[in-house]
Amino acid sequence: MTFALVRRGLIYALLSLAAFISIFPFYWMVVGATNTSAEIIKGKSSIGSALITNAMAFFSQVDAVRIFWNSGVIAIVGTILTLAVSSLAGYGFEMFRSRIREKLFGFLLLLLSIPFAAMMVPLFVMFSQAKLVNTFTAAILPTVASIFIIFYFRQATKAFPRELRDAAKIDGLKEWQIFLYVYLPVMRSTYAAATIIVFMANWNNYLWPLVVLQTADNKTITLILSGLTAAYTPDYGLILFGTVLATLPTLIIFFLLQRRFVEGMLGAVK
Amino acid sequence: MAQAKLHRKEQVTGWVFIAPALVLLGLFMIYPIVWSLWMSFQVGKGMNLSFGGFANIVRLTKDAVFLRALGNTFTFFVFQVPIMIVLALLFAVALNDSTLKFRGFFRTAIFLPCATSLIAYSTVFKSMFAIDGVVNQTLMELHLIASPISWLGDPFWAKVLIIMAITWRWTGYNMIFYLAALQNVDRSIYEAARIDGVPAWARFRYLTIPMLKPVILFTTVISTIGTLQLFDEVYNFSAGTGGPADSTLTLSLYIYNLTFKFMPSFGYSATVSWVIVVLVGILSFLQFMIARDRRTS
Repeated sequence: MTFALVRRGLIYALLSLAAFISIFPFYWMVVGATNTSAEIIKGKSSIGSALITNAMAFFSQVDAVRIFWNSGVIAIVGTILTLAVSSLAGYGFEMFRSRIREKLFGFLLLLLSIPFAAMMVPLFVMFSQAKLVNTFTAAILPTVASIFIIFYFRQATKAFPRELRDAAKIDGLKEWQIFLYVYLPVMRSTYAAATIIVFMANWNNYLWPLVVLQTADNKTITLILSGLTAAYTPDYGLILFGTVLATLPTLIIFFLLQRRFVEGMLGAVK
Repeated sequence: MAQAKLHRKEQVTGWVFIAPALVLLGLFMIYPIVWSLWMSFQVGKGMNLSFGGFANIVRLTKDAVFLRALGNTFTFFVFQVPIMIVLALLFAVALNDSTLKFRGFFRTAIFLPCATSLIAYSTVFKSMFAIDGVVNQTLMELHLIASPISWLGDPFWAKVLIIMAITWRWTGYNMIFYLAALQNVDRSIYEAARIDGVPAWARFRYLTIPMLKPVILFTTVISTIGTLQLFDEVYNFSAGTGGPADSTLTLSLYIYNLTFKFMPSFGYSATVSWVIVVLVGILSFLQFMIARDRRTS
């Protein structure tokens, strides 16, 4: 009995420590936004009085409206396109089986293991030949068809009741209508989980935008933050203020869709 | 007749549904991959390339910076992936206990790091791990260290910092996969084992691990790919240099530098990128083999 109690205590201690370590950097980031750079690198972890100074410094160095607009357009347009293209493909692969498409699917899964670095150079050359470097089109297009998300939707579609499709067919619905009016509403949780994954990946994407978005007015918030951090003596007050702003959208999406996210993951792992 | 016609129609519909994805993947993935494979045999500067046969592969073996980057990337992989997978498994098993209080809080807290961008969290870490920063202060107050550690300036500690940072960011992500898989496990097996007096560690080793094997394999492969491509964090911690003294230079960062920083040598950087492909291939194959061996024994 005491042994079980001790073990219980240890588990709580371990989880509390893990939760503390997980949350502390968020606390640090918010508190840091209210301190001066000198205070931050001296380890001051209480709320300070430099919030306004940091905000003014941030908004004077960064064209915030423009930069967040860039990040937002790239992330939102990219997410909508990815969900559309990948869920169509996942539905297509799962609902209409054929030997060729099964082979093709296996081949795509193999491609999943090829790192982005191996495509980066040809992609850059392609987009510069098409004179599309430094455009949102170039930043978005290569991210749209995601093998991982296609795989995810196919897995989740396995749980979609086929009788629903058969019933809709008998009622005279066309295939695209079934997809739009039957499949889509039923798979809400899957879409929610995919939205979290894809939006976060797009909003936070770094390497490809770094390569392809070159002028300051086209950069995303992630690129700007990294640029500010690379300074010889970074002004952490203004950087952490910017980091809070940059992290807010993904945190909000996460908390809004969290319950559906876990449901969606469950559906796909089954 | 009608059946065959219906069947053919279904087949066409199947292709229509996957067509947009196939066109995009063909243009922006398969074509670049084939091109980069071709490029990796080309030598020259900028776009003035000519066929060089195995010249680039020979150059790899003599390139001290490449070997450094390869060693660093491998070090990150060997230490980071196992630590993270084990932690994620432990947390998932602990949180799967329905009698545990504050489960929702713990789960959300441990998953929360995934909501940050790689650049955002590495910036936050950089400020926390400054020489007089909050981490060193805390460690000194706890008498764990006598003098501050130069996390960003010392080649050894810079690597440790990267490993800790990635583990912070991704453990919760992997934990969610395990939690999802654990919820599908039949509880009665555990109950039976518990009643039969099987101790907790044995239930973990002989019930949980085998049942989670497919998910563990999946997350291990995904994490391997991720770690071998490591770029954002090292770029941000070292302001793009891979320093101190190339100690955090990874293969991806080296490819970036070869392509966009130095005189661009597209051919050679493509060769380096195929080293990552080959490594991912070998390591994934090994991981599959290990997973299979355990099943048969």
